Amino acid sequence: MKIETKIKKNKGGLMAWVDERFPLSSLITDHLTEYYAPKNFNFWYFFGALALLTLVLQLITGLLLTMHYKPDAELAFASVEYIMRDVSFGWLIRYMHSTGASLFFVVIYLHMFKALIYGSYKNPRELLWLFGVAIFLCLMGEAFFGYLLPWGQMSYWGAQVIVNLFSTIPFVGPDLSEWLRGDYLVSDATLNRFFAFHVIALPIALLGLVFFHLVALHEVGSNNPDGVEIKKNLDKKTSIPLDGIPFHPYYTVKDLIGVSVFLIVFALIIFYMPEMGGYFLEANNFIPADPLKTPAHIAPVWYFTPYYSILRAVPPILNSQFPGVAAMGLSVIAFAFLPWLDKSKVKSIRYKGNLFKRWIALFVVSFFILGYLGTVPSNVWGQFSNTIPLIGGVDKATVVARIFTITYFLFFALMPYYSQKDKTKPVPSRVSYK
Amino acid sequence: MANHQDDKIDKKKRSFLIAATTVTGAIGAGAIAVPFLSSMTPSERAKAAGAPVEVDISKIETGSMITTEWRGQPVWIINRSKAMLDDLKKNDLNLSDPNLDVISQQPNYCKNATRSLKPNLVVLVGICTHLGCSPSAKLQTQGDMGENWNGGFFCPCHGSKFDLAGRVFKGSPAPINLVVPPHKYINDNTLLIGEDNKG
Repeated sequence: MKIETKIKKNKGGLMAWVDERFPLSSLITDHLTEYYAPKNFNFWYFFGALALLTLVLQLITGLLLTMHYKPDAELAFASVEYIMRDVSFGWLIRYMHSTGASLFFVVIYLHMFKALIYGSYKNPRELLWLFGVAIFLCLMGEAFFGYLLPWGQMSYWGAQVIVNLFSTIPFVGPDLSEWLRGDYLVSDATLNRFFAFHVIALPIALLGLVFFHLVALHEVGSNNPDGVEIKKNLDKKTSIPLDGIPFHPYYTVKDLIGVSVFLIVFALIIFYMPEMGGYFLEANNFIPADPLKTPAHIAPVWYFTPYYSILRAVPPILNSQFPGVAAMGLSVIAFAFLPWLDKSKVKSIRYKGNLFKRWIALFVVSFFILGYLGTVPSNVWGQFSNTIPLIGGVDKATVVARIFTITYFLFFALMPYYSQKDKTKPVPSRVSYK
Repeated sequence: MANHQDDKIDKKKRSFLIAATTVTGAIGAGAIAVPFLSSMTPSERAKAAGAPVEVDISKIETGSMITTEWRGQPVWIINRSKAMLDDLKKNDLNLSDPNLDVISQQPNYCKNATRSLKPNLVVLVGICTHLGCSPSAKLQTQGDMGENWNGGFFCPCHGSKFDLAGRVFKGSPAPINLVVPPHKYINDNTLLIGEDNKG
């Protein structure tokens, strides 16, 4: 069938000339007009396309910011202020970039949640999922390196703490963190190299991974809210999936609606609350970096706070902070193991039993509570009274963070058990569609 | 050389060549990785930036402190009163390392009860030994630090507590005491940080 269409389209003209030298027509048919996606996509399937849009926006606004920004400890802070005040529309471009960073994480978290509830990481999509996890890690690196660039107080001390996390790794730690900083403390050398990572190394890695993510997606085809493989029900004559519709025009048009709504939200934030009450841009970052004075309260940006909470919740063992650092690393890496932890016979939450649903709910609650606790000091709720055994005198928030750190990890650790024990419902052979 | 009739493939030769090429390539890649990776270590300029700093200590009032900069880090000089020095001993029971057993945290000449050359003046690198934040001074007794507080430092990042000799309290995330940098007195009013008489 593919061969027929190729011959049909290669009749003559410019397209034929190009097609003899580059497979343009077949790229368009294979990946757009004759790429069949399940017809029952819902709300959750907007976020892949939106992530791609955000990536493009970040690349464009980032490129424009690079033209005015100075990666120099003496000049960086002032150059960001210069962008905000003197560059034409500099404020818009900078706020698009800073808001875009936060919205990128909103979109990616929703995209990951989609995979979680519909089992999109399960066979045959394990590699697709792993490329996704790698993209997520790259994005976290990109956000971390980028946050140092304005050279504000929070940039400086955030980088100081995070780079020092590496120094807790046994044996190689101190040398490793010195190597990362390029100095004995966060300094001009660190700013300069973080700039290089932020604008060259990680964007290239991100683009490569996104390409592989899409190649893997188009190889196995999209999952859907029913978790039914549409490739199992093909039209006998055309061998087109019976439950599939061409990506273009059907989903390009659908995504256009998603893009419109997303851009409205994006614009509202940029114009009316670009700092988002300190969640997108923290107040302390409007003070230039001062290596001699740590702000009274330091916290990472919201998208890192669940992991930061886990770091703080784990107490030092044998005078070493490494267990906390390792737990934080594991809390992120744990997503990579999902394809092998989930032993359920069905993919979608629609056909999973109550046990699985409850664990997902508990995980979401843990994620949000840890996320909130990471934004506030650990003594926010005061301490337990000294008379209570075991937890007497301990910060209440720390105890809560410890409980939800445990449930966070139990969601992953017990998954092989509860996903097997879960009473699943029968899965239909075709997708359900109103 | 070999013509088309007898172009039998010598598999042994082929696999030897593949192995040799792979090994040579790997050695080359490994060799170029050394300069690439070491370019990211602290440069000669960064290493040389640790020049000693002279500080005028004549104006530090008893019971107060000043902050100066050495190697880009805050260095505190605290002029402790008689009462403050007397209170140091009260902390001993609650400290992780009251006897200063971790050698790297101070030069030998400061391994004493006050952790200093002159009993009243202590010199400390103002960087928490946990994850590198700079603790806040809480020099006064009691106050917001609780009834048993004899004066010291509190790290805002993760809550480590130190006494007025920079010794860490038990239960703090910081593993060791604050570091005493190498230093010496040029004369009664001038302190040199970053250089000492003993090497």
